[in-house]
Amino acid sequence: MTATATHLPGRSRRAERTLIGVAVSLSLLFVAAPLAYIFVRAFSQGWQVYAANILHPMTLHAIWLTTITAIVVVPVNVAFGIAAAWAVAKHRFPGRGILVTMIEIPFSISPIIAGICYLLLYGRQGLLGPWLRAQDIQVMFALPGIILVTMFVTAPFVAREVLPLMQAQGTEQEQAAVTLGASGWQVFRRVTLPNIKWALLYGAVLCTARAVGEFGGVSVVSGNIRGQTNTLPLHVELLFNDLNAVGAFAAASTLTLIALVALVVKAALEGKRG
Amino acid sequence: MTHSLTRAAAVALVLGVGGAAGPATAQDTLLNVSYDIARELFEALNPAFAAHWRETTGNSVTVDQSHGGSSAQARAILEGLAADVVTFNQETDIDVLAADGLVPESWRELLPNGASPWYSLPAFLVREGNPRGIHDWDDLARDDVAVIFPNPRTSGNARYTYLAAFAFALDQNGGDEDAAEAFVRAIFDNVPVFDTGGRGATQTFAERGIGDVLVTFEAETGGIAAAYADQGLERVTPSLSLFAAFPVAVVAEVADRNGTTELANAYLDWLYSPEAQRIVAGHYYRVTDEGVAAEFADSLPEVRLVTVDEVFGGWDAVRANHFAEGARLDNVFVNQ
Repeated sequence: MTATATHLPGRSRRAERTLIGVAVSLSLLFVAAPLAYIFVRAFSQGWQVYAANILHPMTLHAIWLTTITAIVVVPVNVAFGIAAAWAVAKHRFPGRGILVTMIEIPFSISPIIAGICYLLLYGRQGLLGPWLRAQDIQVMFALPGIILVTMFVTAPFVAREVLPLMQAQGTEQEQAAVTLGASGWQVFRRVTLPNIKWALLYGAVLCTARAVGEFGGVSVVSGNIRGQTNTLPLHVELLFNDLNAVGAFAAASTLTLIALVALVVKAALEGKRG
Repeated sequence: MTHSLTRAAAVALVLGVGGAAGPATAQDTLLNVSYDIARELFEALNPAFAAHWRETTGNSVTVDQSHGGSSAQARAILEGLAADVVTFNQETDIDVLAADGLVPESWRELLPNGASPWYSLPAFLVREGNPRGIHDWDDLARDDVAVIFPNPRTSGNARYTYLAAFAFALDQNGGDEDAAEAFVRAIFDNVPVFDTGGRGATQTFAERGIGDVLVTFEAETGGIAAAYADQGLERVTPSLSLFAAFPVAVVAEVADRNGTTELANAYLDWLYSPEAQRIVAGHYYRVTDEGVAAEFADSLPEVRLVTVDEVFGGWDAVRANHFAEGARLDNVFVNQ
């Protein structure tokens, strides 16, 4: 035992160092360098040009549209995530396995398929298209469509984080609370929610990051109307295709900042969620 | 943290409302759904139209823009993108809308010049000083020339290039189609990389520095030369090229519903006015107004243009004889 303990660390330390070295260089090469380059390119013509690009009405509108989408999508998915995880973890009912699989579906489907499915359902030639048109409701190529698709793509994030925790915790505490005379709402607010709050926040951060960055599904249902349905990721592509590289990188830098903030918050939460 | 987040949201809200707030009534807004590379053009045209509309009617108007691949845009309109007017770079994409009844079948007859207020043609962009001496299509078939254009299977732009080179060869050899195919094949053999779209080919040529000549719409060459001004790229117009229509139409069904029919028609009519044509010619498109065309004769040199109808007997024949599986493009494009 002692012999192996003195022998192995020497060898494993060398292997350890090599592995760490490889991991660090690869991370620098594939993650840090491109990220840094976004800011280098964004500021390549000075901060005035950068500011002018960010403050361009079309860019501001894209930022606003992406923000409002996240503001609607994240709370809905938090509620959905809690409800779904609660149902699956704390109750036994027929079809429970199917529900677990359903929650995961958006993870395994390419977002563009989600976009096309919504189009085939709500589009002019879609299943609900004629009815929607008769009511003069525009779902696709407008804010509702963008929100619906983003909601679909980001649906599993909260449930996926909360579910394992709820399952591990079991129902003993809730049962004890009920025995002590707590109402359903009190049980949820005083017992369930405090137990899952870090996992919940963690899921919400991931959900936000994904909602803000979603491209493929939204690009199908957006219609790319500048100043109306052009989200920030779509706007980055648009500027890039317009040969406005500095503008594209400036817009991309705002997305990157959001991602970095989400990353820091996520790292901070990671320790706490237990 | 919470406080600053709330403030950020409030700021975003104010900005967003400012950005989204347009004129109050639906009649004053027009959605123009257009092709991918026309953003700068319409950014220049729309304010001029708004000024014209205010002068003649006293009303203000906002023209919203949506840009994307022309075929994808047509598809989106079929699925409910509420376009009042379309300004495309492929006639077939308006035919798709006409087949669905969104646009009248007779759309080509509703406006002058086959409803194409401007047009363009495949032309060349070469390196500074034109070191390879590239002046016409036969120079592209030379062994010492590397040519860049996108994949004709995925890019409408490249299909025009293919057809223009084919038309040039037919013109030279008196109509021998097999010889023309061999000529086009010699050009294709000089292409080191086929990108999927025009923008990709532009980046291959200008940013990666590959190739001696980029073939794309003449309207694109000016913008590319300006975007990479430090490289001193030069525009070259071949002796003969293919007329590429940029057709426009009112999407009657949508305009009727929005009550914008009159405004939509006025917008498209105005695109033929000398004022609009001057803006368009400034973006290196060829225009139908003869007076304006004469003003821009220096930047848009004379060229003999042939049409798909004249040379190939229409788009249906082109599809059957050239782009269908096992047709001529497959012979030319054999190793890709």
